[in-house]
Amino acid sequence: MTFSTSNWFVPRTSLNTVRSRWLTILSFLVPVLIWCIVSYTPFIWHPNIQITEPGSVSYFKTGIQVKRDRFDAEVEKARKASVKIPQGVRVNPVYLPAPHEVAIAFYTSFTTEPKRRSEQWLHESLWHSITVIFWGFFLSSIVAVPLGILCGTYATFSKFHEPFIEFFRYLPAPAFGALAVAILGIHDAPKIAIIFIGTFFQQVLIVANTTRKLDLSLIEASLTLGAKRLQLLFKVVVPGILPDLYRDLRILLGWAWTYLIVAELIGTSSGITWFITQQARYKNFDNVFAAILMIGIIGLFSDIVLSKLGRKLFPWDKTTTKGG
Amino acid sequence: MNTKNLELPSYLEKGESVTKTLAAIKEREVVLEVKQLSKTFDSTKGPVTALNDVSFKTHRREFVTVIGPSGCGKSTLIRILAGLETQTHGEVLLDGKAVSGPGPDRGMVFQGYTLFPWLTVKKNVMFGLSCQGKTRATAESEAMQWVDLVGLEKFANAYPDQLSGGMKQRVAIARSLAAQPRILLMDEPFGALDAQTRVRMQEYLMEIWRNIDITILFITHDLDEAILLADRILVLKAHPGEIQEVIEVPVPRPRSSEQLLSPEFLATRQRLEELIHPPLDNDDTKPNMFRMVNVDDDVEPLL
Ligand SMILES: Nc1ncnc2c1ncn2[C@@H]1O[C@H](COP(=O)(O)OP(=O)(O)O)[C@@H](O)[C@H]1O
Ligand SMILES: [Mg+2]
Repeated sequence: MTFSTSNWFVPRTSLNTVRSRWLTILSFLVPVLIWCIVSYTPFIWHPNIQITEPGSVSYFKTGIQVKRDRFDAEVEKARKASVKIPQGVRVNPVYLPAPHEVAIAFYTSFTTEPKRRSEQWLHESLWHSITVIFWGFFLSSIVAVPLGILCGTYATFSKFHEPFIEFFRYLPAPAFGALAVAILGIHDAPKIAIIFIGTFFQQVLIVANTTRKLDLSLIEASLTLGAKRLQLLFKVVVPGILPDLYRDLRILLGWAWTYLIVAELIGTSSGITWFITQQARYKNFDNVFAAILMIGIIGLFSDIVLSKLGRKLFPWDKTTTKGG
Repeated sequence: MNTKNLELPSYLEKGESVTKTLAAIKEREVVLEVKQLSKTFDSTKGPVTALNDVSFKTHRREFVTVIGPSGCGKSTLIRILAGLETQTHGEVLLDGKAVSGPGPDRGMVFQGYTLFPWLTVKKNVMFGLSCQGKTRATAESEAMQWVDLVGLEKFANAYPDQLSGGMKQRVAIARSLAAQPRILLMDEPFGALDAQTRVRMQEYLMEIWRNIDITILFITHDLDEAILLADRILVLKAHPGEIQEVIEVPVPRPRSSEQLLSPEFLATRQRLEELIHPPLDNDDTKPNMFRMVNVDDDVEPLL
């Protein structure tokens, strides 16, 4: 459409490919650019002074950071007393490493051997996290999806299950941490249980609602064509909701990552969360950023793969083939 | 169309061939019998009687249309016949046996197409056949015959989304017929189509009906459509929905849209207009014609 190419704001109309490509690039570039500006231009923020020469100040040591006003006060004092003036450079706090430091950390955290033999490499930690997510999400899905479909199709199931599930989903999954450890031990089982609890109840309700949105006239049409109970479920309801169900599961998988961080802290901490807390304790914030970035990249990448797969799987579905 | 001042024969006068055909139809076995059907809905504003004491019979290979004003209970009637709604009173007999609940013996074509969007044209048509437990190969070859019949062989592997409204409705008809129903129930199937497509679809449907052994009950609110297609027309009235007259159509077959201006056709149409749009003494549906904007023109004196 010529109209949409000249105008950036036409409701529910896609932009031309050049524009949407640029916007996609910019959506990543702008945050990185802001980060670069804050990191590399000393006059924007840099609230701290890193001491390079303690001078006469007794509590200054080479390498430590102090607030700028404190530093200025000490310099003033030293000047008045005509003793050795301390030296320093403006820096950002340790918790905000510069992009290049994170980039280096991103590389080195994969190539550095763990400090202790009992500890894991980063890729091992990541893999461990992914398996925990997988099992939690998988176990939740194999129960919640069929149950949700039944609830969405038959009022009997809906009335019997949904009120309790509605109640249970308000209980925060992390609250079951101690209980899960007491019952399931300290290793992966309680972590999988937390992800299960965090996902399951939402999943049943969302799948039930998606099922209820299926056009009733399709069910009626199938009944007049002679579909019986199981045929109705497997030949009409399930294929009818499949594209939407697939989208629901993609969104829920994103939520499962949120529960992962909590889950990995209970019992013996493990996986990517263990790596992050460990690195934060050593004040290696570049590594912390690298690990957080890694989670984002894994999430984004898996979602893109799933979305592309969705288009292959559901060629009739308009909402997955357009946009997305 | 103003048919009031035309010299028309009575709609009750039929030619010899029409009389014979209608008599022959009555000789045939009764496929569907409806006995004293009533339906009351419990709505929030109290009970609504949608149908009251509706009785009629349709014979084998008869084409019956049902016409009536909007909201008179046409859809309610056909949904009860299809088993998608339960009646408050009365009975529906198919081949003499009472039916309850939906089943493949009563095919249904809805105004909204209701094709399965995840299935191709061919697989949509196969649906009823595979529900009946036919093997894939049998179902596929039978389905292809029906797809051929409605002239969509080229689109056998297309998804419904890629078809026009008329084509979708042809698939829906093929899908219903493939399940081998005793009667085909159609609820304003061409209501959403544009005028030209609608005329072509009417001709299509008559062609199909001539060639296969099927009884059709067809709901419409279009007078021409009701006359063009039917052997008999059931005219409903609203509040409550009751049959006010059954008209035996005096227009000879084979029909075509050229007959729309024949005397028999117009006579029937005039009668339908009287029944469906009775003259109102106190016409409160007339728009209140005050001038929203002052019009300063010289057209008014001409009117
Ligand atoms: N599910 C329902 N609940 C309450 N009232 C209904 C329901 N379905 C239809 N009705 C009422 O029954 C009457 C007949 O409706 P319907 O059969 O759809 O008419 P038509 O198809 O002739 O336009 C209308 O007055 C409508 O409001
Ligand atoms: Mg209707």
